[in-house]
Amino acid sequence: MGLDFTVVPGYLDALFLGALWTVAITLSAAVLSFFGGIGLAVIALYAPAIVRYPFRLLAWLFMGTPLLLQLFLIYFGLIQIGVDLPAFVAGVIGLGLHFAVYNSDIIQSGILAVDKGQHEGARTLGLSNGQTIRKIVVPQAVRTVIPPIGNNMIALLKDSALVSVIGVTELTLSSQLAISKTFRPFEFYLAAAAFYYVINLGLETVLRRIERSVQISR
Amino acid sequence: MDFGLILRVYPYFLEAALVTIQLSVLSIALGLVCGALGASARLSRSAVLRFIGAAYVSVIRGTPALIQLFILYFGGPQIGIQLDAFDAGVIGLGVNIGAYMTETMRGAIIAVDRGQNEASRTLGMSRWQTMRKVILPQAARLMIRPLGVNINAQIKGTALVAAISVVELTYTAQRYIGSTYKPFEMFFLAGVIYMVIIYVTGLGISWFDRRAAIK
Repeated sequence: MGLDFTVVPGYLDALFLGALWTVAITLSAAVLSFFGGIGLAVIALYAPAIVRYPFRLLAWLFMGTPLLLQLFLIYFGLIQIGVDLPAFVAGVIGLGLHFAVYNSDIIQSGILAVDKGQHEGARTLGLSNGQTIRKIVVPQAVRTVIPPIGNNMIALLKDSALVSVIGVTELTLSSQLAISKTFRPFEFYLAAAAFYYVINLGLETVLRRIERSVQISR
Repeated sequence: MDFGLILRVYPYFLEAALVTIQLSVLSIALGLVCGALGASARLSRSAVLRFIGAAYVSVIRGTPALIQLFILYFGGPQIGIQLDAFDAGVIGLGVNIGAYMTETMRGAIIAVDRGQNEASRTLGMSRWQTMRKVILPQAARLMIRPLGVNINAQIKGTALVAAISVVELTYTAQRYIGSTYKPFEMFFLAGVIYMVIIYVTGLGISWFDRRAAIK
């Protein structure tokens, strides 16, 4: 059985739709992981021990186990305790939380790198501790850590292929559906890879632009 | 949480964990070879080799590992490559992590101070001697931690081969969920085993890093 790429164009619409879902799930999870990461970082650095330690355990769990396992747990495991999430939502939560933990690590180092005088100065000017963290420290910290967070977003895009196993019809599952009709795995997986590659290039361009726009001019 | 059930099935999970460990070790070994070749190509004087190295890194890092595995395992037979699932897993994962290791190794090599290179060349050493006797011993120390990050990611990455039905830890967990309808218990058990593997590996890497440090 040789290769025959002429079967691919007939399914391009389905692949495009799949690619849109991939973009949608990546963006939603990226937003969740970004703000989740900030939240987790603030908890890890400022919360009292009784809040901090359970969260640290959670972070440890998320970093020490495969994402695929976490997706299964959220999608199939939560049904056991009566929470039946749609696959898309489970996928966004799984990817979002997984990368939030990784982002949190990066953002924590960013927060620690903000000059202490900024915190002291803001407190002296009468801002409360919460206001200082929210309006002075975090905005400066996040700017400095945009590049490594961008790397996580690129990893997130590629890992979004994993949600195909819980039944979200994104790019990977769309190509699998086409394969089940045509029995042409090589052609369609290669087409899917090409789609991912193009989305990846687009994402890299956007990230570079964001990096440039948030740079503090000195 | 049904602990009785966990106690009944855990021997099967340990067996599966052995497969996960085999997959990890073999694919990491292959990844190190690919990484060394890739880094040599990217740092080569030949423009063709540099292009090949850059294309390898860009294509592999630009597409999902899952898709790469699928192309190899399901698409391979169409172009005459027939692999069983385990071999396809090792090769797919190894070539994948190799691209990341290429960048790790290249980064460590170019992080060695340029003066070292210039001084050795001035002393009359050839390019190859300089690389082998001066640059690499210093770069190797710098590589240990970041390669450790790659290795850690790869151990978790082996879960992907569950999708091409290699009976490793994640696949086993899925299978037992099918027969017991107890997802939490099965994932808990698999998760604990993964964490133990990763924790022990982490200890090994730290030990290695300390040993290699210049005192």
